[in-house]
Amino acid sequence: MCLAIPAKIVELFPEEENRALVEVVGVRRHIDTGLLSDDPPKTGDWVLIHVGFAMSKISEAEALDQIQTLTMLGEQQAALEEVEGYGLGET
Amino acid sequence: MKYVDEFREAGVIAKASEEIRRLADPGRHYRLMEVCGGHTHAIYRFGLKDLLPPNIELVHGPGCPVCVLPMGRIDDGLSMAEDPNVIFTAFGDMMRVPGTQGSPLEHKARGMDVRIVYSPTDALKLAHKNPGRHVMFFAIGFETTAPSTALILKRAKEQGLRNFSVFSNHVTIIPAIRAILDSPDMRLDAFIGPGHVSTVIGCRPYEWIARDQHRPIVVSGFEPVDILQSIVMILAQLKAGESKVENQYKRVVPWEGSRPALRAMAEVFELRPYFEWRGMGFISQSALKIRESYAPWDAEQRFQVPGVRVTDPKAAQCGEVLKGVLKPVQCKLFGKECTPERPVGALMVSSEGSCAAYYNYEHRKAAAFTSIGAPV
Repeated sequence: MCLAIPAKIVELFPEEENRALVEVVGVRRHIDTGLLSDDPPKTGDWVLIHVGFAMSKISEAEALDQIQTLTMLGEQQAALEEVEGYGLGET
Repeated sequence: MKYVDEFREAGVIAKASEEIRRLADPGRHYRLMEVCGGHTHAIYRFGLKDLLPPNIELVHGPGCPVCVLPMGRIDDGLSMAEDPNVIFTAFGDMMRVPGTQGSPLEHKARGMDVRIVYSPTDALKLAHKNPGRHVMFFAIGFETTAPSTALILKRAKEQGLRNFSVFSNHVTIIPAIRAILDSPDMRLDAFIGPGHVSTVIGCRPYEWIARDQHRPIVVSGFEPVDILQSIVMILAQLKAGESKVENQYKRVVPWEGSRPALRAMAEVFELRPYFEWRGMGFISQSALKIRESYAPWDAEQRFQVPGVRVTDPKAAQCGEVLKGVLKPVQCKLFGKECTPERPVGALMVSSEGSCAAYYNYEHRKAAAFTSIGAPV
């Protein structure tokens, strides 16, 4: 429950201010950016996601470190499964 | 050790490990608690204990939301879903957690409509897709997860969505730390502070630990080098006779936390007067209740909640393990009656629980990691 997944924002939706399309190791899913409303992310930014919500903006270097940590923890599969499951598994 | 050898910063790790040996007084025994279950998992997975001198003991704290949830709450949640019109939704980690009549997954096998969601927004989506049914979301988690639940409750209200509710089992970390520190048999010297909880609450809420309880606390990241550096920072404080809140995970955790997340939580939730924690008993003001202004979306108000109480088996010594009085293996049930496959006590329930982590990595060293409820 404590781990967060780094993701890159690939698309924002002007008509839906809290939605973003992100990419996590090749998987694209929609996430909610409502918890970053004071400083909304831009396309190309990296964020840490937890249960489908962006929790914090991070640097690209930090994102790559976090991906490595997930891999070392043996959690990359669980992380991918979680991200694939967002949106009830529909793309 | 194998994982650490593979780590790209092997040199930095060796240096941190040396620094720890230099700072640690060989005549003193140190007990440091890592509060967060994610840290517990990382410590075992990376074999970090092997890098520490024997007089530094890591005590595994209460920061595993699945572990600390009393069995009665699972029974309560499942009882709401006995109504065939209800769709029971929860995160995957909840699915194999046993209630007295079995886990949510076992209830599904008996015909109950139980579904895994990976995000609370998907529970909301299910409610939109099934206007004739009621979707109940069984919410668990510390402050990392509670803001997400708060936001979907706000959306449900804004959208006037009437076939959706949340059964809140959200808990807060500070009162649990306080309960541990107040316990008469407490023997901790310092804390490794939770990483992702702190992205939400920031570092200020820990100040009393340093000021009033004179114990260092260092908010830490999850990489091996983060955890070791946090231990270095703790030992340096102890050596200097200081107790401060420090932030090792500055690159992710802002000192003030996340204002939007705190605002959402404050709008939707209020503190319960008390809440039961598995293995720790009742802790006052330690959990989040949905405010009256959100009553139509509060499952506890919409459904008859039996309020089941299931006492932890007396032989299980979860409380002593949580406080660092006993190591997991010193509990009478460990590895015998209580295993990850058939957990008796709270800490064996999730792979982030200290007993399950100990069992999976130490007790069953060569075996594959067959956890119950892998962390999300």
